[in-house]
Amino acid sequence: MTENAVEVNNLSVKFKDHLALSGLSLQVPQNSFVAIVGPNGAGKSTFLKVLLGLVQPTNGIVTVLNKKPQEVDPTLIGYVPQFKTMDRSFPALSIELVYTGLSQRWPWRLSKIEKRQVLTALDQVGATHLARRQIGRLSGGELQRVCLARSIVRQPKLLMLDEPATGIDVIGEEDMYRMLETYQKQSGASLLMITHDWHAATHHADYVLLLNRKQVSFGPPGEALSEDNLRKAYGHIGHEHTLKFLVNSNG
Amino acid sequence: MVEILTLPFMQRALIAGVLVGFLASYYGVFVVQRGLSFLGSGLAHAAFGGIALGLLLNSEPLWIAVPFTIIVAIGIFWVRDRTELGSDTAIGIFFAVSMALGIVFLFLKREYTSDAFTYLFGSILAVTATDIKITGLVVLITLFTTPLWRRWAYASFDRELAETDHLSVKQDDYLLSILIAVTVVVAIKVVGIVLIAAFLVIPAATSRLLSHTFRRMTIISIIIGIFSALIGLWLSYYLDVPSGANIILFQAVLFFLSMLFKSIKIK
Repeated sequence: MTENAVEVNNLSVKFKDHLALSGLSLQVPQNSFVAIVGPNGAGKSTFLKVLLGLVQPTNGIVTVLNKKPQEVDPTLIGYVPQFKTMDRSFPALSIELVYTGLSQRWPWRLSKIEKRQVLTALDQVGATHLARRQIGRLSGGELQRVCLARSIVRQPKLLMLDEPATGIDVIGEEDMYRMLETYQKQSGASLLMITHDWHAATHHADYVLLLNRKQVSFGPPGEALSEDNLRKAYGHIGHEHTLKFLVNSNG
Repeated sequence: MVEILTLPFMQRALIAGVLVGFLASYYGVFVVQRGLSFLGSGLAHAAFGGIALGLLLNSEPLWIAVPFTIIVAIGIFWVRDRTELGSDTAIGIFFAVSMALGIVFLFLKREYTSDAFTYLFGSILAVTATDIKITGLVVLITLFTTPLWRRWAYASFDRELAETDHLSVKQDDYLLSILIAVTVVVAIKVVGIVLIAAFLVIPAATSRLLSHTFRRMTIISIIIGIFSALIGLWLSYYLDVPSGANIILFQAVLFFLSMLFKSIKIK
């Protein structure tokens, strides 16, 4: 029997009188790459926070790696938050930030073994040269690479990324997807990635979850991102960019 | 110079200065990095309420001020966590209420209390053996809890990341705020209520200017805290000026020198 990395059954989340998510049901097979797509305020980040155990479901059952989110060993989960939410005025070097992924604490001093592990993770994302740089002096793309290194240093079974391509140029973005795919192949991990980029979702993900507070669709990109589904999620899709995307992805 | 070390009241003041300098500058790095500089003022005024109650009840003011300030510290974070109000608003409310209570307690005493002046501005003559024992106990607790530095530092950098790693961030926040509250109370005799907030902020802010890691910031802040307390107390003895003012003015000089050093280095 193949175990699922994530199982969600009839999930709803309500904040006071605001219904953030309702009726989500899906299963994410292990070693799969899922893109979470939807308009602003669709509940994408809330969904990731439920899986991380930061937000309690109002209704429904959620299991992550066969456990309740709060009971999962945090070292099995890698998380890349939106870098714009990070405090870049904090006095820290990149190597220290990556270390938090290893030990779930801020470092006082790194041992030789820990330093080697951290540098290996930075090397995997092509950021070894940033190790001794202050995080406040990193560009958006550089900080994103360091955050990726932080998430993979613990060799997670499930990697969750909240808009990881923000602030990265086109070449850097392709490098990042290649790195994620390589990591996925090598580790057998599952990936859940929030993105606004339908192109990336179509070309890199095995499945797409299309959200707009409720589950519009979940399935292979070609099915999930159909014109009908996109209309349901976004209201209208008359924009030139959208039409170009649909023509390209549907041949 | 050496003669002041032979005077019992100066010995007590210097020991208290070293202990308080360590405590305020150690916790100050979290206060500064979490943007809670106003917390020091809020807790100092809460301590004023507690001290006034102690004076009214004719008991040792510190014994009343410690629990009083801890309750206020917990109240501030409780209001913040259970409402949509920010920390600064919660601090502002408790700050005013504690101050008002302090004024009422002093008024109810209906007699002149010279002690109140000592608590407001700090005095090297006011430090007793009991103060040193209490402060020493707080230092011991702080040393005992130093493993928490790594958790507090992580949550100071990013609360959400710390929570995803299943750290009990809220409980850690409460413990940190309690220890800061106790530090504020035990520092009052040396620095005074009016200036205690600066004692929490200036050493940490100065060391932030000179540090590129949080570890280094913590170490430099402690060195500045202890050094400035000793120099301030020494000046207080020779100039006969309240100790708190001397300490803070000396810390301010170090802060502006650090700014100057940094701007020259950048050029």
